[in-house]
Amino acid sequence: MPEIQELERIASQVRRDIIRQTHYAGSGHPGGSLGCADLLTALYFEIMEHDANFQMDGKNQDVFFLSNGHISPVFYSVLARSGYFGVEELTSFRNINSRLQGHPTTHEGLPGVRIASGSLGQGMSVAIGVALAKKLDQDQHTVYCLTGDGELQEGQVWEAAMFAAHHKVDNLVVIVDWNGKQIDGETDDVMSLGDLHAKWNAFGWQITEMDGNNMQEVVTTLQKVKGQAGQEKPQVILMKTEMGYPIDFMVGTHKWHGVAPNAEQTENALSQLEETLGDYTYNPDYIHDSLKDH
Amino acid sequence: MSLDQFVATDKKATRDGFGAGLQELGNTNPNVVALCADLVGSLKMQKFIAEHPDRFFQVGIAEANMMGIAAGLATAGKIPYTGTFANFSTGRVYDQIRQSIAYSHKNVKVCASHAGLTLGEDGATHQILEDIGLMQMLPGFTVINPCDFNQTKAATIAIADHDGPVYLRFGRPGWPVFMPADQPFEIGKAIHMNAGTDVSIFATGHMVWFAVEAARELSKTGVSVDLINIHTIKPLDRAAVLSSVQKTGCAVVAEEHQLLGGLGSAISQVLVQEHPAPMEFVAVQDSFGESGKPTQLLDKYGLGVENIIAQAKKVMARKAG
Repeated sequence: MPEIQELERIASQVRRDIIRQTHYAGSGHPGGSLGCADLLTALYFEIMEHDANFQMDGKNQDVFFLSNGHISPVFYSVLARSGYFGVEELTSFRNINSRLQGHPTTHEGLPGVRIASGSLGQGMSVAIGVALAKKLDQDQHTVYCLTGDGELQEGQVWEAAMFAAHHKVDNLVVIVDWNGKQIDGETDDVMSLGDLHAKWNAFGWQITEMDGNNMQEVVTTLQKVKGQAGQEKPQVILMKTEMGYPIDFMVGTHKWHGVAPNAEQTENALSQLEETLGDYTYNPDYIHDSLKDH
Repeated sequence: MSLDQFVATDKKATRDGFGAGLQELGNTNPNVVALCADLVGSLKMQKFIAEHPDRFFQVGIAEANMMGIAAGLATAGKIPYTGTFANFSTGRVYDQIRQSIAYSHKNVKVCASHAGLTLGEDGATHQILEDIGLMQMLPGFTVINPCDFNQTKAATIAIADHDGPVYLRFGRPGWPVFMPADQPFEIGKAIHMNAGTDVSIFATGHMVWFAVEAARELSKTGVSVDLINIHTIKPLDRAAVLSSVQKTGCAVVAEEHQLLGGLGSAISQVLVQEHPAPMEFVAVQDSFGESGKPTQLLDKYGLGVENIIAQAKKVMARKAG
C-alpha cells in the first residue's frame, strides 16, 4: 500500500501531465483537472480494486465514471500512469486520429473509458445502471462517479439522485467537485447551488465532506465511505477543491476552467510541480497503432 | 407471397406484441432487464414485471435518467429494454441517447409505444411524428417499425440477439393482425408481401395493413402492386427497394410519420442514387396532429387506404408520362 507521500508524488506527476497535455493541445480544461488530481490518484492508486487489463463490463472490480468529461486530462493521465495504456499516448490529447478525444469516449476504444461524457449531467445515471447490474450479479464492488458542482445545475442529476435513494443504490459513491466555479464565473453568481448539504440530505443520501486537495484526508475519507457501503443509502462526498491547485497563478479564479497555458505559463507551472515518474515524450506525430489505418 | 395470405384474423395493439415478446424474453434470456418511466400499463410490461421483479426498474417520470441507467446496465453486460411513449423515448431524451447510448455504442433497446397520430385523443403533445427521422440519423442505431401484433412480438424477441442500440417503434390502437404468428424476424430484411409489376408500394408500421387493402382494391382494377413491408427502416433493405422499382418503375411510400426524414426520405435517397424513378408519398405534410379517434386522424391527415390508392394512380400516370 503506497504511503500518502508516494500518492502525493504520483499526483504531482499527474498534474505535470495535465499542464503538458493542455499546453501541447493548445486547448482543454486544466483548472478542474488540477483540482481533482488528488482524488483520481487516490482512487486509482489506493482505493479502487481495478484491472488495467480493461474489461468494459467492470465485473468483479470497482468502477469509476467521470461525468464532468471536460476534465479528461486528469482522467487520461491517471489511466495511463496506472497502466491502461502507455504514457507516451498522452501526447495525442485532442489531436486528429487520437484515442484521447477532447472529452472521453468509448468510440476509439481507449482502455479505461466506459461511457462518453461531456454533455453534462449524465454520468450519475450511467453509474447507477452499473451499480444495479452489480447488485443483480451479487458483485460486492463499488461504483464511483465524479461530477462537477456546476453540473448539478442539470436536472438529470436530481432525477438520478431521487432514483438512487428510492432504490437504495448503496454501492454507489458520487463525488461532487465543489470548487465553486464554472466557465462563466462563480457558481454563486451564475446559478447558486444553495445549501448542498440540505439538498442531498433531502434527497436521502449519506453525506460526507472532505478537502479534496489534502491527500491524507482524501484517502481517509474514501476508505471510510467505502466501509459505509451496503447500508441502504447512496453516498455523496462534497469535495472542496481549488480549481487550478496548486499552481499559484491558476488558483483563486475561474479563468483556467477551459484555457490552456502558453509556453511561459507552462514553464512556470511545471517549475511548481516535481517530476516524479518521468514526463512523457512530446511527439506531435504520434498515432496509436489501432488508428493508423483510419 | 400473395395478398390472399394476408387476412386480418384479430385486432390487437402492437404494444401488446411488445409486452408478449418481452415476457417471452424474460424466460429465455436472463440478461434482459426492463425499465419504465411510469407507463407500465401502457407499455404492457406487467407480465415481465410479475415474473421477474428483480429485473425490472421503475424510474418514475424521469426519462433522461432512464436512458442513462439503461446505458450503465448495458455497460455491465445486461440487455436493457426501456419503455415509454415514443415522444418521451426520442425527442425528450435525444442528447442522452446520442451521448450515452449511440456514441458510446451501448446495447440498449429503446422501445417506444404510442407513436404517431394513432395515439389519438391525447393530442399533438404526445403524437410524435418525427421520431423515425431523429433515430435514423444517429450513427449505428437500428430503427424498426413493425406492422402488427405478431411482427412486433417477433421483433421484440429478435433485437435481443443484435449487439447494438435499437429503436423499436410501435403503437397504441387495436390493429388488424395479419402477419403469421411464427414468422422469423430478420433485422434489415424487407418482406415481399405481393409480387406485382405496375407500381411498388413500400409501407411501414400501421400503414402496412392499409397498403394491403389498397393493393387489393387496385388489383380489382387491374393494377398489379409490388408490395413491400419495410419493418426495418435502418439499415434499409436497399436490395429489396431496388429490385422492386427496377421492375415497376415507380413507387409509393406510406408511413405514419412526417414526410421529411422518414421512410420516404430514406427510400428516395436510395432511388436517386441507384435508380431514379417517379415517387409519391403518403405521410404527414409538415404539420402537428391533434386530438381525435385514430381513424379520424389518419383520414384527416391523408393517411388512409384511399390516399395510398390515389398516390399509386398518380405515380403510375407520371411514369406513363
